[in-house]
Amino acid sequence: MRLFARRIGFYLVAAVAAITLDFFIPRMVPGDPVLAELAGMKSAPPQALAALELQYGGTHQSLLQQYLHFWNMLLHGDLGYSLSLGNVPVTHIIAQHMWWTVVLVGMSTVISFVVGTTIGTLAAWKRGSWLEGLLPITTFIQAMPYFFMATLLVLVFSVRFKFFPSVGGYDFTKSSIGVNWKFIKDAIYHGILPSLTIVLASLAGWIIGMRNMMVTVRDEDYVLLAEAAGLPKHRVIWYAVRNAVLPQVSSFALALSFVVGGSLLTEIVFSYPGIGFTLLAAVKSLDYSLVQGIFLVITLVVLAANFLADIVYVALDPRTRQEA
Amino acid sequence: MAIVEVTPGDAAGAIPLATAAHRPKRRFRLGHSKKTIVGLVLLGCFLVLAIIGPIIAPYSPTAIGPLVGPPRSGSTIATQLPGAHHWLGQTNIGGDVFSQLLSGTRPTILVSFLAGAIATLLSVVIGITAGYIGGVVDETLSVIANVFLVIPALPLLIAVGAFLGPIRSSNPLIIGVIIALTGWAWGARVLRAQAMSMRSRDFVEAARVSGESAWRVIMTEIMPNLTPVIASSFLFTTLYAIGTYVGLGFLTVVGAGVDYNWGTMLFDATSSSAVESGFWWWYIPPGIAIALLGTSLALINFGIDEFINPRLRIATGGRKMRKNLGFKLRPQLGFTPVVREHSIEAGRHALRAGLGEAP
Repeated sequence: MRLFARRIGFYLVAAVAAITLDFFIPRMVPGDPVLAELAGMKSAPPQALAALELQYGGTHQSLLQQYLHFWNMLLHGDLGYSLSLGNVPVTHIIAQHMWWTVVLVGMSTVISFVVGTTIGTLAAWKRGSWLEGLLPITTFIQAMPYFFMATLLVLVFSVRFKFFPSVGGYDFTKSSIGVNWKFIKDAIYHGILPSLTIVLASLAGWIIGMRNMMVTVRDEDYVLLAEAAGLPKHRVIWYAVRNAVLPQVSSFALALSFVVGGSLLTEIVFSYPGIGFTLLAAVKSLDYSLVQGIFLVITLVVLAANFLADIVYVALDPRTRQEA
Repeated sequence: MAIVEVTPGDAAGAIPLATAAHRPKRRFRLGHSKKTIVGLVLLGCFLVLAIIGPIIAPYSPTAIGPLVGPPRSGSTIATQLPGAHHWLGQTNIGGDVFSQLLSGTRPTILVSFLAGAIATLLSVVIGITAGYIGGVVDETLSVIANVFLVIPALPLLIAVGAFLGPIRSSNPLIIGVIIALTGWAWGARVLRAQAMSMRSRDFVEAARVSGESAWRVIMTEIMPNLTPVIASSFLFTTLYAIGTYVGLGFLTVVGAGVDYNWGTMLFDATSSSAVESGFWWWYIPPGIAIALLGTSLALINFGIDEFINPRLRIATGGRKMRKNLGFKLRPQLGFTPVVREHSIEAGRHALRAGLGEAP
């Protein structure tokens, strides 16, 4: 339990740091682009201007007052209003688009982790087999940026062979968003290529990480003992895997940060209705409160996912429980 | 009388070469494995292109012109296909893809190596300080590093870039520093762990007990032993910086209207539906260039990893070793063969002697 308290404490610190960073991003730029934007927007509705000025504090508030005000808004679930999308609350827009990204990234990461870890295990167990010779190729695949991988998949699977659609998250002429089988089927159909992009682009990291860890673990005495005691092969491998997989889980934080970044780029190639596509639109139309809000929400979701990974780690490694 | 050869002009190296040949020093040496050599050669090519690329580019990257490529069969209308004038074809508005690719090399390499260098410096200073000093300093620095690790970098960079505006965020120095600020944490964590394990080693204890200052112990005892880890961390961070910079280019956060990088080219191509129209010459070259540059760094990194942990070497020893030894090495549980090149000869002699053959 002490361990959990420590981890929760850490994530609280991280959340406060992220929120503070989010507050300072627009303010550390010289020349204050937001105020410049305000001055240039005579046509915007007055209450929107008032809201923006309230959010960014205008010029008549001290930095501390602005900071406290920012927290106050945040704790009331208010992330400001989006100017480019018709003065809608930012939270509404994010709530609309976030689920696409969460489901896409979540499923793809789990698939990639399982497949990559399995391949890495096999490559390390059968040393010197053809699987090990494939390692440099996986490096090449990993060095490809997500958006290039997406482009290639579109070229092959959607332009050359018309297997999968290359645009959108679902076909709004055929189904409507909701919990019905038709929509789910359509969403999966549209999600295959984006998901495949993320899986392929992040696979190599899991393979190499697991292979390098297994190569070290399989020389440990307990593995040798298990083998010498005549345990069935799958049991021996299982003992090695249980130990080798721990660093994989603990490197999840770094991997997730990469995958989230990559999936933003993937969404843009596929015009996927997730948060990345919305973020790009917000950047293009200088919709500052939307940019800030999206950054904050992505960060908080990533923190929550990391916390989940921590719980899995504790479940996998009995030593962490013993300490408590 | 034995003749002892001595390397001239090298006082410290006044070791008889004969002994040195029998007992070679295990120093940090790259270029041992094929992977590392391929990586180094590839990287060298890119570095040369980064220097001379914009000079040898036949056209200005921003120039637009008439389409002059060879016509398709059964037609006389000029296309943008690759041809004698434009080696890699043209964009849909007549820009020269080859020139854009060449001029894109410099900003990509400049920004990513700058970011890699700054981030590595940060991670060395922070990581080793935390690991060596320990206590409250370590706790604080570790929390900071972990916070930077869990905050997703690309969304943060997009937000920062959006507020900076395209002109400022296309300045290589500014964008390099910003990418470095988001990329140092992983290296710091690795180096901290290494420095912590170094701290309790005997030679470090000895230096400390003999009254060396912390600074001197770090510089002369710890740092030299961490060189491979630092090098690996630099390559890893540079790899990250390439991906991030190109991604920001693709998002038009950097480079839009200021200069060409490979990400900008890919954005131009995809936003002009180059994939659907079959203009492969437009988006394949920059994508391959990014992947090759990344691969070169990753291959060198493989070499360093295998130097740090010899078990990681792909274990058959390759064709040459199989020929020399006369049988194929296969690692088994509890036995990972790690054969050094120079011991092959000795091994073969021993083997032949054992088999009763004449050497």
